[in-house]
Amino acid sequence: MAIDTDDEIKAPVKVRISEKLSKLGNDVQGSQAWSSIFRPGSIFRKGYTDSPRNRSYVIMNSVMYHLHPVKVKRHAVKVSYTLCLGGLTFFLFILLTITGIFLMFFYRPTAAAAWDDIYNLQASVTFGLLVRNMHRWAAHLMVLTVFLHMARVFYHGAYKPPREFNWVIGVILLTLTLLLSFTGYLLPWDQLALWAVTVGTNMMGYTPVLGDQVRFVLLGGFDIGTDTLLRWYVLHVLMLPFVAVIFMAIHFWRVRKDGGISGPL
Amino acid sequence: MVEIPEHLRKRAEEARAKAAAKAAAEAGGTAGAGAEMTDAQKSAAAKIPPHLLERSKAAKAAAASGTDAAPQAASAAPAASTSGASATPATVGSAPVATGPGGHTQRLLTVVKSGSIQDVKSVPQDKVHVWPHLLVVEFAAALFVTAFTTIFSIFVNAPLLELANFNETPNPSKAPWYFLGLQELLTMFHPMVAGVTIPGIGIFLLILAPYIDKNPSNKPEDRKFAISLMTVHLMFWAVLVMIGSFFRGPGFNFVFPWEAGLFFEL
Repeated sequence: MAIDTDDEIKAPVKVRISEKLSKLGNDVQGSQAWSSIFRPGSIFRKGYTDSPRNRSYVIMNSVMYHLHPVKVKRHAVKVSYTLCLGGLTFFLFILLTITGIFLMFFYRPTAAAAWDDIYNLQASVTFGLLVRNMHRWAAHLMVLTVFLHMARVFYHGAYKPPREFNWVIGVILLTLTLLLSFTGYLLPWDQLALWAVTVGTNMMGYTPVLGDQVRFVLLGGFDIGTDTLLRWYVLHVLMLPFVAVIFMAIHFWRVRKDGGISGPL
Repeated sequence: MVEIPEHLRKRAEEARAKAAAKAAAEAGGTAGAGAEMTDAQKSAAAKIPPHLLERSKAAKAAAASGTDAAPQAASAAPAASTSGASATPATVGSAPVATGPGGHTQRLLTVVKSGSIQDVKSVPQDKVHVWPHLLVVEFAAALFVTAFTTIFSIFVNAPLLELANFNETPNPSKAPWYFLGLQELLTMFHPMVAGVTIPGIGIFLLILAPYIDKNPSNKPEDRKFAISLMTVHLMFWAVLVMIGSFFRGPGFNFVFPWEAGLFFEL
């Protein structure tokens, strides 16, 4: 008898807990705060159902509408067509921004402090080594994905009218990516950084007529030094990302204005 | 992931409903009973303008009063009413010669649908919703790259050599890997050609590519020259970068990495 009653009591407790939880979930989803955050059509909003109308609202009523249209051509979502290369490049840029901001907290761009800061970052900052590794490898990966994206676009003939100008912007973005990577190369201020940049800037010094001036502007002097470090630091963390973001915005906007991505072949 | 586009689904549903209605009407017609005919008319009534219905009713009444066999006329009448042309009453009824039942002197011969002789500009495209079809793929790709970068970074450390020293030049000194193709060119040309002219012209030609290539097709079989040209240059560049990265040792002399070791830092 006693066991029976125990069982009878336990089962309702479980039911009651699950009821309470679902009521809590309902209350939270029904609250003013919740529905002020998630606009109509959001998949997190109360009573979301999978319907064509709501699928449209997910994009149309969210910040995603700045990046994506409500619908795209069926072949455009095939991974085998784009290999996600352009999207991955953009995502790596975001990843590099996040890890880069973290690194900025621990770095001073002077010849006296730079190397020590990187060394201490790796030795004594929590996750410092990991985040620096991620920044470095993501940067190399981004150069690679930009190149591959360009090759993909060329082989699909996607630069043809009406997309000529977007290709031009793409080449500018490729150049900006290389410059971003190259300016970042100097910042650790180790032997690798110094001499790789020496080789690179010596080449630029051979620019016809303006060679010496170009080199002087790039280095902030006649030789690589603490002024170069500051100059390249500002280029790397502020100016080049700023310019790149503007060109990216135009690049993505033009993809939509030119009728979505190209193809099918 | 297969989703039938909205407009195609609607069109298919309409076609199915139409086919069902037609089959029902035909079943009624073969039965040959007068009562069935009115049913078929009712289903068609929604689509047929009232003045045409009136005309066909008048025609049917005329046919019934005439000498023709009743079932034959009954089967002919709905066909006439659906096509919108009523030629029978002119020959049978009491109306004046060469006019319709309402005294009309014109009749509808055919309906020309748009698209049969006109070029319709907006062709409906096969599209899918960005959510979930595209966003899910993008999210998965982003997760994959994050995971790959994190795991790779746990196991492989970024290089940090000794403090920069102006008095000690490493041998060899190499540029970052994406510039090693240029550094490789330095062994063949004057620095101005290798470091400025060739990359400058390269970027300039890349920018101009869409304006140089006038071929409107994007099909690979129509673009053999463009694709070959690009592939040759990409391969040329990749080979230069790889030689510069792995096959250049002290003094930037050619070495085999399996004999002399690697002189390469990322």
